[in-house]
Amino acid sequence: MTDTTSNPQADIARASELGVVARFLKATEIDTRMLGMIGALLLIWTGLHVISSLRLGVNPLDFDSRTFLTPRNLWNLSVQTSAVAIMACGMVLVIVMRNIDLSVGSAEGLIGMVMGFAQVHFLVRFVGLELGNPWIWVLALVIGLALGLLIGAFQGFIIAYLEVPAFIVTLGGLLVWRGAAWWVTSGQTVAPLDATFQLMGGGPAGSIGATWSWIVGIVACLAVVFALFNGRVQRKRFRFPLRPIWAETLLGVVTCAVIMGAVWLANSYPWPIGIVNRYAAANNITVPEGGLFIAHGIAIPVLMAIAVGLIMTFITNRTRFGRYVFAIGGNPEAANLAGINTRWITMKVFMIMGVLATVAASISSARQNSSTNVLGTLDELLVIAAAVIGGTSLAGGSGTIIGAMLGALLMQSLQSGMVLLGVDSPLQSIVVGAVLVIAVWLDTVYRKRV
Amino acid sequence: MDKTAPTGTPLIDMRNISIAFGGIRAVDDASIDLFPGEVVALLGHNGAGKSTLIKILSGAYKRDSGHIFVNGEEASISNPRDAKRYGIETIYQTLALADNVDAAANLFLGRELMTAWGTLDDVAMEAEARKVMGRLNPRFQRFKEPVIKLSGGQRQSVAIARAILFNARILIMDEPTAALGPQETAQVGELVKQLKSDGIGIFLISHDIHDVFDLADRVCVMKNGQVVGTARTTDVTQDEVLGMIILGKCPPGAIPGPGALKIAA
Repeated sequence: MTDTTSNPQADIARASELGVVARFLKATEIDTRMLGMIGALLLIWTGLHVISSLRLGVNPLDFDSRTFLTPRNLWNLSVQTSAVAIMACGMVLVIVMRNIDLSVGSAEGLIGMVMGFAQVHFLVRFVGLELGNPWIWVLALVIGLALGLLIGAFQGFIIAYLEVPAFIVTLGGLLVWRGAAWWVTSGQTVAPLDATFQLMGGGPAGSIGATWSWIVGIVACLAVVFALFNGRVQRKRFRFPLRPIWAETLLGVVTCAVIMGAVWLANSYPWPIGIVNRYAAANNITVPEGGLFIAHGIAIPVLMAIAVGLIMTFITNRTRFGRYVFAIGGNPEAANLAGINTRWITMKVFMIMGVLATVAASISSARQNSSTNVLGTLDELLVIAAAVIGGTSLAGGSGTIIGAMLGALLMQSLQSGMVLLGVDSPLQSIVVGAVLVIAVWLDTVYRKRV
Repeated sequence: MDKTAPTGTPLIDMRNISIAFGGIRAVDDASIDLFPGEVVALLGHNGAGKSTLIKILSGAYKRDSGHIFVNGEEASISNPRDAKRYGIETIYQTLALADNVDAAANLFLGRELMTAWGTLDDVAMEAEARKVMGRLNPRFQRFKEPVIKLSGGQRQSVAIARAILFNARILIMDEPTAALGPQETAQVGELVKQLKSDGIGIFLISHDIHDVFDLADRVCVMKNGQVVGTARTTDVTQDEVLGMIILGKCPPGAIPGPGALKIAA
């Protein structure tokens, strides 16, 4: 009995009042809201798949290559989601602290322009590095990260120390950084970008291939098992309530299945024929009849997004800083009375946001293989929507990184699904806007009931 | 010899403290002291300045003028962190809990236990929390829930646990029983006596004059930001203290302060 809870009687008494579903949720400790998000996502995917199949007049169960649920489409979806998902991670912290950042899209644009200008003009012409020098992409990225940090610090300072509301400061930033992005090259597009830098944008070269994808998947599964096991050991050490063994096993199996399933999908999407043939010719490989199958594997931007998600989850859950962000969001006065330097924490949150805007700018510009001064336009709305749909409360104090990333995936699924269906762009905006409002309304209902 | 205060070095000696918000002098030249193992009650109407005076001690407000001595040495307290360094812990009237995080996180807010890796040691914090809460409120079990879901009494015990967890030498309790039922109020009374016997000095802010006579060794009455007078609870009656609160009339058993009603001789 030591395995279950510290207060078995009360728990049994309570468990008997619960239905099967509630007992399942209690045993696995899965958040119902998270389950709802995943359900909504699956519903949207299925819906888009069925509609896209019916439109083509094919059986949805045939998984025709032009429909929604295909390796190609899902792979592209993962790449498209990356930039917004990365910024949504930072937006969670910003919103948890009862602030908002409307400037991320513009900051992304400016940083993208500066990084593009740095690698195409500045480092080559003024510093004198040769084209293709491996330092170019490193220095361009360093310049971008420094600029992102500076933008975040600047806005954060005005918000935290000069006490101008975040809404106003970042609304100003929205205009200022977009204007500044134009100024970098007087509106001219910068292209093509450094070859290594481009890898951050995905594509056949910017993916890690089948073997490495499997390795990443297996390592991830081992990490999941280890985390579950370690959590159990820790709880046992202090005699805290434990999940039943079947729930732990189920969680482990499902998570690993999802990971390996995603890897399998990424490995089922082959390189385009033209690129395969060029690659074969360059490497003296004879192309067999029916074509050579070279898998994309997981795209580098997706790995970057996953890394950012893991790091940000670690920061929010396991560090003092993360704890303070949530405490400040829950009760700023209490946090202050507890001796927390709320201003400095606020400033740091905006600095993180700035750095993440740089990461997103790298991915977006690398994907287009160019920097334009409209890069990231309206991204602030997608990012905020992703965070809010993912369960971040605008009243502050609650939100999760994984929720925001799922929110980003959900928004992007809708968007690219509608592109696939040929919905014209005004209607796309209408749908996205309506979904946002409905999602927040559902969230309000949910919060009142729980 | 001073007839109201025990001898020795006071734990806390606040002298001639003033603070103004805009044009309003919330605290005006107030002096108050506190000795080890003593409970001093601060009384007065709403807006008399007692909470403000105490927030200066706990570092929430910065005084305009005056001096604070801790154990006879001048202390510089300009924020809550400073106050905690001097062993001054506060239980605020509003409880000052971060509603969205759990009890353990609140107990250790600002002073988290860390692992060797520099990460939060949630397990150790929860274990400590279970220990201290077990002492205060043995029936408390809801360690995983955000404190907003707890009852008033449970929240209060979290706030109290936070104050005593770190070996406070001086405890400030701002209306500690305002949200509590009779049984819980009695529990807080027991706790005050226990802490007192450990040599902790306690400032008690309360509206409940019965509570005050029950628990406090001395009372200090404030009116319009000024101290009316200070007295041992054994030297004055409840009616006399009410007279001090309402009229500012200092009875013969008390030492008059600057706020005492000047009676034309």
